Amino acid sequence: MAADTVRGARKAGRYTLLVVLAFIVVFPIYAVVMQAFKTGPGSLDHPRSLLPVDLTLSTVKAAWTQGNLGRLLLNSMFVSLMVTVGVVITSLLAAYAFAFLQFPFKGPMFIAFLATMLVPAEVTVVINERTADSLGWINSFQGLIVPSLASTFGVFLVRQVFLQLPGELREAAALDGVGHLRFLWEVAAPLSRPTLGALGLFTFLGTWNAYLWPSQVIRGDRAHETIQIGLEHLKNNDISKINLVTGGLVVAALPIFIMLVLFQRQLVRGLTAGAVKG
Amino acid sequence: MKRRLRDVPWAIAMLLPSIALVAVWTIYPLVKAIQFGHLTCDVTGKKCRDVGWGRYWDVFTSTQFQHSLGVSLKLMLLTVPTGLVLGIGLAVLADKHLRGIGIFRTIFSSTVATSVAVASLVWFVLLQPQIGVLADVFSGWFPVLKNPGLLNDPGTALLAVAFSSIWANLGFTFIIITAALQSVPRDLYESAYVDGAGSTRRFTNVTLPMIAPTLLFVGVVLTTRALQTYGEIALLTSGGPNPEKPTTTIPYLIYGRTSLIHTDLGTKSAAAVLLFLLSLVLALVQFRGLEKRVHYGS
Repeated sequence: MAADTVRGARKAGRYTLLVVLAFIVVFPIYAVVMQAFKTGPGSLDHPRSLLPVDLTLSTVKAAWTQGNLGRLLLNSMFVSLMVTVGVVITSLLAAYAFAFLQFPFKGPMFIAFLATMLVPAEVTVVINERTADSLGWINSFQGLIVPSLASTFGVFLVRQVFLQLPGELREAAALDGVGHLRFLWEVAAPLSRPTLGALGLFTFLGTWNAYLWPSQVIRGDRAHETIQIGLEHLKNNDISKINLVTGGLVVAALPIFIMLVLFQRQLVRGLTAGAVKG
Repeated sequence: MKRRLRDVPWAIAMLLPSIALVAVWTIYPLVKAIQFGHLTCDVTGKKCRDVGWGRYWDVFTSTQFQHSLGVSLKLMLLTVPTGLVLGIGLAVLADKHLRGIGIFRTIFSSTVATSVAVASLVWFVLLQPQIGVLADVFSGWFPVLKNPGLLNDPGTALLAVAFSSIWANLGFTFIIITAALQSVPRDLYESAYVDGAGSTRRFTNVTLPMIAPTLLFVGVVLTTRALQTYGEIALLTSGGPNPEKPTTTIPYLIYGRTSLIHTDLGTKSAAAVLLFLLSLVLALVQFRGLEKRVHYGS
């Protein structure tokens, strides 16, 4: 009986702690969402309370038109989709070569290729900006897309899966006269669909969320900005318009939020693939 | 031998896209930055001359770089230990079969959905001294929230950036540590329980050693992110408040629009290469951790 009470009290304590912590973690998002839906765009009034009553869409609407958010979302969508498709294709091809083909210096080449993962974007952007400039790619979609079309990590990931496919599969296909490209497209790629899904999801999220490179390669050309760098224009020295930022944040965060809810399992699998043994 | 070479044309064709892209956008800029790091340029950034490897030492010991190095290291110390402890705490707390635990797990993972720009602007709004919610609620205890505002006070600006980073990284940390906790074999806990180990002992003697490799991985990721902090600075403080510039991290020193070396190609390249060396040291730490992980497994 006493043990039951102690256990009950412990459980209640744990729940209380969970609720308090969940409140703290979620509060920044909740407060911004409430500020976006409770006050007008030009009003200095902050919400007197954060209860979800008297909601209005006026701030979100004003942010949408003044921030040109429709255009920014389209740009981000286009750039992220192109990069995702490109990375999946280049990774499939290179991974196939490293997994199924015989050629001299394969091992050293693979190691050298992997080693480039160590070079962070923070180092290369100085020069890549100049390269983009000399190609005439400043303020262009090519500038946003092309430098990201290859992924060393993607090649590594897909090669891992290819190596786990039974070797007889390729041999049997070769006997039947099936060429490399057809085998890749009709057998190897479909068999690695979960990994390709995770790679695609991460590439899309990474491109969608990128900040440093877009902020350097797009210089004030509003027609080519992504949503991540375009949001900044809603930041205004006029304090009475600060709520526009909240409207913009709601619009910018919503697509990714929906995506993550839909692909929660792939996300967790992908995130933990490199981190947890077993 | 003939068989070995038969695949070569295919290998070239299939590797070409990836290798060409990596060569142009990763290897070339690295080599070029190392080379440009030798240059010292005049104020216009147009006339440069090669002064050799010594230039790296000059840049490293320059007041600006030393200042930014200090800022970056401080940001690392502010975000990494706190982020790890919070991540472990939340993951352990939510690693129980309680009713409704799924909701809590979703909430604790939720900040993984925020990008650098979104997380930074969320905190930019919250921390507004005039109409921000935090200033409204807490300025009684912390007057700095209203005057001049956490981001506008040289003493607290970096702390505010750290808050934003810790919060934004929490979802990632929580997801990974939760997965690690779930991979700890249950019978280990049972034998520890049979041996009379209390919950604290079970945590320090079973849980912590078992998830140590994962914690190391998370620690390295958080450290790398702290070292690469750029967007948060651009959106929250622009490296300021001036003149102290307490939030000019190394990446902001290199890429910030208001940075003093923004147009100086030579110094920028040298600083970028020095940042790369710092990251390399961290990667080495990571590899040593991976070695350890193998030992745990055997």
